Amino acid sequence: MTSPEQFYQRDWSIHPPAYSPGYKTSVARSPSYSKISLDNSVGELTGPVFGHSDIDAGDNDLLTNFAQPGQSPIGERIILHGRVLDENARPVPNTLVEIWQANAGGRYRHKKDTYLAPVDPNFGGCGRTITDETGAFAFRTVKPGAYPWRNYVNNWRPAHIHVSVFGSGFAQRLITQCYFQGDPLIPICPIVQTIPDPDAIEQLTATLDLNATIPLDTVAYKFDIVLRGRRSTLFENRLEGN
Amino acid sequence: MPQSLHYLKETASQTAGPYVHIGLAPKAAGFDIYKRELGWDIAGPDAKGERIRIEGSVIDGMGAPIKDALLELWQANSDGNYAHPQGGAPVEEGFRGWGRVITDFTTGDWNVETIKPGKTLDSRGKPQAPHITLWLVARGINVGLNTRLYFSDEAEANATDPVLNMIEWEHRRATLIAQRSLRDGKPVYRFDIRLQGEAETVFFDI
Ligand SMILES: [Fe+2]
Repeated sequence: MTSPEQFYQRDWSIHPPAYSPGYKTSVARSPSYSKISLDNSVGELTGPVFGHSDIDAGDNDLLTNFAQPGQSPIGERIILHGRVLDENARPVPNTLVEIWQANAGGRYRHKKDTYLAPVDPNFGGCGRTITDETGAFAFRTVKPGAYPWRNYVNNWRPAHIHVSVFGSGFAQRLITQCYFQGDPLIPICPIVQTIPDPDAIEQLTATLDLNATIPLDTVAYKFDIVLRGRRSTLFENRLEGN
Repeated sequence: MPQSLHYLKETASQTAGPYVHIGLAPKAAGFDIYKRELGWDIAGPDAKGERIRIEGSVIDGMGAPIKDALLELWQANSDGNYAHPQGGAPVEEGFRGWGRVITDFTTGDWNVETIKPGKTLDSRGKPQAPHITLWLVARGINVGLNTRLYFSDEAEANATDPVLNMIEWEHRRATLIAQRSLRDGKPVYRFDIRLQGEAETVFFDI
């Protein structure tokens, strides 16, 4: 057995700082002390392995995975597709991608969501899939609606889909949100704007992909996800004392 | 301009938000959609080693429990091997070593049943005390927080653990040690994560 390669150190300049006062909830939930940087040991270099026995084939189709037979959720039918890659631009195959979202009216199917927009009886709002050998994944769903939230009195979340990805090692574990090209709420959302780097925000914005749409049926957006890359051993490094 | 390196940039993290349960634990959100939710059985029925229960909470900077957090655990089996092709020797059938748990909407407590992991090696081949890698997300947490859970009955191994020893402030090492007690003869460990304050849990940049 060869030990898995170490990950590149995380580039924190593209991630939101823990303490982001414009997003008020972060104030009491942000650690104050510096994180301790760790060399990756096998527990960080490896992570859970998922297979097709863990999920069902239809789990990635939010148009049908909760709908009554013959019915469909209300909203703009979309395909959200993309690839999971690493920083070396290599595909990340066989990794679990899970998503969740509000319905077309901006309402979540969650006991704690009390927004006045109605729950859609045919929409659960979650899906999951495993990337193929090329790192590709696809979901079919409805475009989520914007919704208000308590931060300042008049804050609205842009349309977004929450995305969770594993990768091949636990140090790659990532949760993010996918936004949609052209949404005027993106630049004024306090959660989006916790991210200091404008390019990193662009990278969270899915692009209309006319080539992947199904004519007269479903429009498509492309959303690629990049996880941390691993070093490759160019020279054996004999550490002092070893 | 010098040559370009052509590395991609990692996708930026965003908070998991208050409704993380819909995606990762839909039954807790209030509906049943998947044939099988993932992460509820860490060790499986055939794992060797001591069966343990871990209980804890996540405390914010005002001293209040966080009731919308989600934690994931990643651990070795009792021989110190991970359920991964490069995780060491093969593990017992059904042992995943990975778990997912939410904090209770009312009490803020979480708990899991698993087995106590064995010792593992660090990147330089030095033994590490038994521990579980933890990852924590919640509304208000912009990037998932990584920490480790060690065991109070492993005092000797903890004393020489390379990661615990890297923490310059000795009193902060205690924030990573789950306290063992017996309840009805069964081992229960308590592990509270504090996001701020004097007893702030040590978090790692892994
Ligand atoms: Fe959301």
